[in-house]
Amino acid sequence: MLNPALRDPAALPRLALTLLAVLLLWPGLALSELNLAVLFDERNATNMGRFLADFWPLAHDREFLRLLGRATLETLAIATAGMALALLIAIPGALLASRALSLSAVHRSGRPAWWARALRWPVRGLLIVLRSVPEIVWALLFVRAVGLGPTAGVLAIAITYSGMLGKVYAEIFESVDPRPSRALLIAGSPRLAAFAYGILPNAAAEMLSYTVYRWECAIRASVVMGFVGAGGLGQQIDLSMRMFAGGQVASMLLTFLLLVLLADQLSRLLRARLL
Amino acid sequence: MSISLSGVGLTHANGQVALSEIDLQVKLGERVAIIGPSGAGKTSLLRLLASNLQPSSGQIQLLGQQPWQLGARQRQQLRARIGLIHQAPPLPPRQRVVTAVLAGKLGQWSLGKSLLNLLHPLDMPGARAALSRLDLADKLFERCDQLSGGQLQRVGIARVLYQAPELILADEPVSAMDPVLAGHTLSVLNEEVSRRGMTLLASLHAVELALAHFPRIIGVREGRIVFDLPPEAIGASALDALYANELLPAVPASATPAPVSVQIPRC
Amino acid sequence: MKPAADKRLGNYALLLALLAAVVASFRFLGIDPGALVGGDSLSQMGRYAGSFFNPDFSAPHLRAIGHGALETLAMSAIGTLLAALLGLLLALPAAGRFGWLALSGSRLLLNALRAIPELVWAALVVLAAGLGPNAGTLALALHTTGVLGRLFAETLENTPNEPAEAIRLSGGGHVAAFCYGTLPTVWPQLIAYSLYRWENNIRMASVLGFVGAGGLGQMLYVSLSLFQEAQAATVILAMLTLVLGVDAFSGWARQRWVSA
Repeated sequence: MLNPALRDPAALPRLALTLLAVLLLWPGLALSELNLAVLFDERNATNMGRFLADFWPLAHDREFLRLLGRATLETLAIATAGMALALLIAIPGALLASRALSLSAVHRSGRPAWWARALRWPVRGLLIVLRSVPEIVWALLFVRAVGLGPTAGVLAIAITYSGMLGKVYAEIFESVDPRPSRALLIAGSPRLAAFAYGILPNAAAEMLSYTVYRWECAIRASVVMGFVGAGGLGQQIDLSMRMFAGGQVASMLLTFLLLVLLADQLSRLLRARLL
Repeated sequence: MSISLSGVGLTHANGQVALSEIDLQVKLGERVAIIGPSGAGKTSLLRLLASNLQPSSGQIQLLGQQPWQLGARQRQQLRARIGLIHQAPPLPPRQRVVTAVLAGKLGQWSLGKSLLNLLHPLDMPGARAALSRLDLADKLFERCDQLSGGQLQRVGIARVLYQAPELILADEPVSAMDPVLAGHTLSVLNEEVSRRGMTLLASLHAVELALAHFPRIIGVREGRIVFDLPPEAIGASALDALYANELLPAVPASATPAPVSVQIPRC
Repeated sequence: MKPAADKRLGNYALLLALLAAVVASFRFLGIDPGALVGGDSLSQMGRYAGSFFNPDFSAPHLRAIGHGALETLAMSAIGTLLAALLGLLLALPAAGRFGWLALSGSRLLLNALRAIPELVWAALVVLAAGLGPNAGTLALALHTTGVLGRLFAETLENTPNEPAEAIRLSGGGHVAAFCYGTLPTVWPQLIAYSLYRWENNIRMASVLGFVGAGGLGQMLYVSLSLFQEAQAATVILAMLTLVLGVDAFSGWARQRWVSA
């Protein structure tokens, strides 16, 4: 048997990919000014060390603890209220955007007509825009609009999370078995009824699971938004940092970690219970 | 002496006795088949010989060295001279055949060369030669998950051939192939082993294949060696006794000569 | 039938408790939903929103935004890449490859890294290393290492060990056994997780600028503080474009290379 020259068919694509990676890596490193050495630099280390040394002793006077308790409750309240408002927008949004309730799809085995898809596009687009702008940017804007405090945080979460919840709900509706709802639509039932009886029973568990998971994320987001003045634990941490009150910052960070842990446990409990 | 076992016993962690009082001597260049009922300990024996398992009792010598008296590094060097053909080929599904075959020499290559080989195969002619002995040369650049069971087993054999060890241990190397292909593959394996002066121990569950291709047959039952004979000396009664109590009533007849003309396998 | 009825009663009670929690939250914060959307407040917000509808598209500002966008993109990409490498390194002990002590230690480290949000990391790194995109990249890398390390460890735990062991048995070293035996199988998952995290990090990178870590975030913070809404509007548009672009690329890449 003749022995033709062997060429690895994957050689050219791999070479091209490697070249591309190198071409992108170089400016990437330059723009990001990556310099790991700063973490190990002696002067910076003493700076960090002094900052961290301030963390001990943890602040634990009664006045401060009361403030801490209130701030924690505020963070929880911001997350819960924000999620509630987000649901008000997300559920109608998901119903409008989802192809699962499309009447034209019923006779086309699941794919809506072109005009049905076009009509849904604005709603989908809106949901995408709402979730693509980071929530902290919304928080910053709302702080400027309605002033410092938790209201800005609630509104920011409401807007961003309505986009996230709406998109995921729409996808959940489309992923469950379409036959019950389609049968109802063919029989002439109104869309909302077809949803309630055909889709909701199968989708409810997944929806709840995702909502609880998002609530947990909302708590962390509330703390982060506090840094720009949206109330709660984050705002307090920001204030204490400006005053260089290391002990207070440490106590609050600890509380934050505990809060996240508790929320994680609660979320797991709820999801196990509901599924 | 290629292999020397004396008084070797193996007990699994759960207390089950896999092998007991194994005495085995295999000379350089010998070709031995191991037969026996399922659960007799054939795989345990081969893994013991591959230095994968440590014997609970007795002495073991491989290629003139005692593997469990060596340091870890030296044991790895010893292992590079022994090739184990697994019954279920341990090949990652997404890996390409060429890389899977070239992996046979990882015990002999430096780290740098091994990593470079991942990016671009360094010895394509060598891999192709190994595969062409098993009629798989055209699958050089396919992914392993695109091959059938029999093809995968042949890739596993090609990998060990590429490794070019001094001792080959084959654990049911043709179990996923049809009888014609299995016979052909065993012929090829035996040819390669004879040509390169390697030692071969193969466990087989198809007794006809063992009797047809190997000049020395070892029967294993319940962890002990029952007989160690050339194929002519094995009668139907010996085989009956070996496989007694199996679910099947029938027992294969004594040795029939392998077919002289073999079609090129299609699989 | 009794257990099902009990469960339904429990679910109703839970639902009621959730509703009560929502109402309590609003009252605790002193937010009156009516006042929120009623008369004066809405028009005030409307006026503020209106000031954004005339974005500044002048050439020098667009150039600055272009540079900021590239900086943000670089921060998120390099940070994610670094995190993937470090995460893989830490995932090996975390998956139990080096014994129990290494497992506990690495898991503790990974949990600590991911528990602290990126913004807090950024604030700390700025304090230690000064302002600029380096702080943002490092902050993203540190947090994402925790996240990816844990995901990678779980993937490694679910991967069969036989191919790597077979290579060890033929004399190969540990690194070669991992690269030839385990990596081919886990490779697609690792890339999928990394791309997914990049989608998150491009959003975070925009934001880290608020604490001085460079990029579009810093531009936004500055322009909002100076009440230059027109300029801020362009920055927000740029952020949006970046996020949508990265999301689209990540989705395409995951579909093309990973789902097989």
